[in-house]
Amino acid sequence: MAEKLPKTDVVIVGMGWAGSIIAAELGKEGLKVVGLERGKERGLKDYYVVHDELRYAIRYELMQDLSKETISFRNNMKERALPMRQLGSFLLGEGLGGAGVHWNGHSYRFLPYDFEIKSKTIEKYGDGKIKGLQLQDWGITYDELEPYFGMYEKVAGISGEDSHFGPERSIPYPTPPMKETPLTKKFKEAAKSLGMHPYHMPSANLSEPYENPYGAKLAGCQYCAFCERFGCEYGAKADPTVAVIPFVRETGNVDIRNYANVTEIIHEGGKATGVKFVDVLTKEEFIQPADMVVLTSYVMNNTRLLLQSKIGKPYDPNSGTGVIGKNYCYQILPGSTGFFEDEQFNTFMGAGALGATVDDYNGDNFDHSDLDFIHGGSISFNQSGARPIASNPVPTGTPNWGADFKAQSIKYYTRSLSVSAQGASMPTKNNYMDLDPTYKDAYGLPLLRLTYDFTDQDRNLYNYIGKIGDQIMLEMGANKVNERSNLESYDIVPYQTTHNTGGVIMGAEPETSAVNNYLQMWDAENVFVVGASAFAHNSGYNPTSTVGALSFRAAEGILKYSKEGGLLA
Amino acid sequence: MAEQNQSTDKKMSRRRFIRNSSYVAGGLVGGGLIGGLIGSNLGNKNQDDAGTQGQQHENGAYQQAPLYFTNPEIFAVLVAATERIYPTDDTGPGANDLGAPFFIDHSLAGSWGNNTREYMQGPFYPGSNFQGYQSPLKRHEVFDTGLAALQRISNEKHDANFADLEGEQQDEILTSFQKDEVELKGVTSKTFFNILRQATIEGVYADPAYGGNTNMEGWKMKGFPGHQMSYYDKIESDEFMKIEPNSLHSYTK
Repeated sequence: MAEKLPKTDVVIVGMGWAGSIIAAELGKEGLKVVGLERGKERGLKDYYVVHDELRYAIRYELMQDLSKETISFRNNMKERALPMRQLGSFLLGEGLGGAGVHWNGHSYRFLPYDFEIKSKTIEKYGDGKIKGLQLQDWGITYDELEPYFGMYEKVAGISGEDSHFGPERSIPYPTPPMKETPLTKKFKEAAKSLGMHPYHMPSANLSEPYENPYGAKLAGCQYCAFCERFGCEYGAKADPTVAVIPFVRETGNVDIRNYANVTEIIHEGGKATGVKFVDVLTKEEFIQPADMVVLTSYVMNNTRLLLQSKIGKPYDPNSGTGVIGKNYCYQILPGSTGFFEDEQFNTFMGAGALGATVDDYNGDNFDHSDLDFIHGGSISFNQSGARPIASNPVPTGTPNWGADFKAQSIKYYTRSLSVSAQGASMPTKNNYMDLDPTYKDAYGLPLLRLTYDFTDQDRNLYNYIGKIGDQIMLEMGANKVNERSNLESYDIVPYQTTHNTGGVIMGAEPETSAVNNYLQMWDAENVFVVGASAFAHNSGYNPTSTVGALSFRAAEGILKYSKEGGLLA
Repeated sequence: MAEQNQSTDKKMSRRRFIRNSSYVAGGLVGGGLIGGLIGSNLGNKNQDDAGTQGQQHENGAYQQAPLYFTNPEIFAVLVAATERIYPTDDTGPGANDLGAPFFIDHSLAGSWGNNTREYMQGPFYPGSNFQGYQSPLKRHEVFDTGLAALQRISNEKHDANFADLEGEQQDEILTSFQKDEVELKGVTSKTFFNILRQATIEGVYADPAYGGNTNMEGWKMKGFPGHQMSYYDKIESDEFMKIEPNSLHSYTK
């Protein structure tokens, strides 16, 4: 029998970026908040012995323990979904700060085009252009979201500079861009000579010490090259445990409870009354009653909790109706690896978001009239620091073991560079999430089932953008650029990106979206679902800044709802 | 005596650090862990300067003992196979000299060998090429199965143990595993080969604390400086830099 705890104003499920920001904003205004986090407590003090590639980058020390919970996966509806037994394609977070502890820090704002993608594409190219895509506007415009981007960037202290294609900004970047290195310079010069418009990658590894509006003092990055998959021992990477959670505690209104794994949202008459959770250490069950429930537990868990709790209409891929689980998107990532015979580089130095980018082939910054795809991708050179277990670049045709592999991988470890694109991912009817009929988690509850494969839109984008990357790489002086393999079926094994999106998407109508533009559920007005789960498609950038902006937007909505009630949009 | 030298060296290194520290201090204001770390970091570098590498090597040698394998003939199969994957040659030592077999042995005895943080509930089905690892076997069982099969096939084909074959014969057998031409129970030979290959690379390049990468020789060959606290003053330089590596051991000194 679950023990019933005293009622609170708001219960938040998951204490990553979104949960921490919302807890800070609500706690500041005097609401009583309980923050439930399934993983352990952690912070700067725990990032001591982090320069260990094996432990953190290969064995995934900071990521989700799949023995307790995973997803199942299949490429299409005809297949049997099987559990993702090991981490690979994406690295799910777990613990205080969530994946915000071990991210790289690339901090772009999505494009104005993204938020109105359907209207703008049809307006310019006609209906036929979006055939086969389940495209939707987001129910909010860039201009409406702009102030919230600023709030997030001030909290994270983002280091950056204005760019040619960059949308309008009401505030400058809080800190100047990171250092220019011989390699970022090389990329920029090559891109410029090809007529493109390079700029320094906006970074959450800070170029200089910075104090954010919550009073957190962040340090300047030391370029130590242990960033993505690691915590930052300097507190130089904006991470919720460094930038937000100390303030959350200072408000005195937020009780953070670790090892609390939420298994159900309890509801009655179209409103949530609280959540049920299990203490993962003692296995005791509790009920936390609350006036408002906020889900900030990543794409997968936000979707799963709603399906499990039977809130909102599940998406049905056969009819295209329903909303929960709809429009799962990922990202399309063509890369170009170049080999240099006469130059040797300090590739082992770096920082997560040290780099340079061009947007000339992102969004609708280029004409798609004669192209067989929409959108595009950012193309970047990222000097994040090559580590020896993972980085063994060899020219195409080299075997992957034996004497030749050894000699070539050693030679090219410091004599090869990569340019990589983050291509946008468009939703289709058959890429979605629901509950698995067979496999269960450690608590006996069904796993989330992911059905996903690449489409022709994805392949066409991949081939086109990939060739631009090759051109830049050759212009950088590479003697040889590796042949890129074709984009066939989506494979759950090799690491691609932890930029999963969708499942609880936002929009202007309850028929086609799950939440409104305050991230409030149409079908349960006191439930707010926040994160990249709200993205109606995925853009050609890293998602975190947009998640941060939506979190501030949601916090404003929750405060408004706590006073006025009712649907906010 | 060694101890005394070390502490003198540490003091020297701290002084040297303070002299050169403007670049670091320029970037640091927050509540990081930097103070304690930088001293110990350079402490280790200095120890290298003092030529105590031999002692480090000796300490490392205590780790080179089996914690998982019990049968020397099977361990010899592992040694021979990893050495073919990452052989000794002109570029430097191979997997065996770098302690990769002991790294793998220790890993099999622990969490990784027992898949403790992975989803191991049934039912089990082979799955498509895109659904990832679906074997009911744990990694240590995959190695038991795979290494025994390498030995069996070697005996069938050449009437000799795998470890006693010529390099080319060993490569031929390993290649047949990689191409999935060998039938194993509970796991494919390709899966076994891929895990073996990946584990060998890990054993060569993981921190020496794990029992491989003896004396950081794997890193030295590749030009990876291991654990360094900062490249703040170096990253803008056009010059390629050879930097003496540091290991995790320097955190605790």
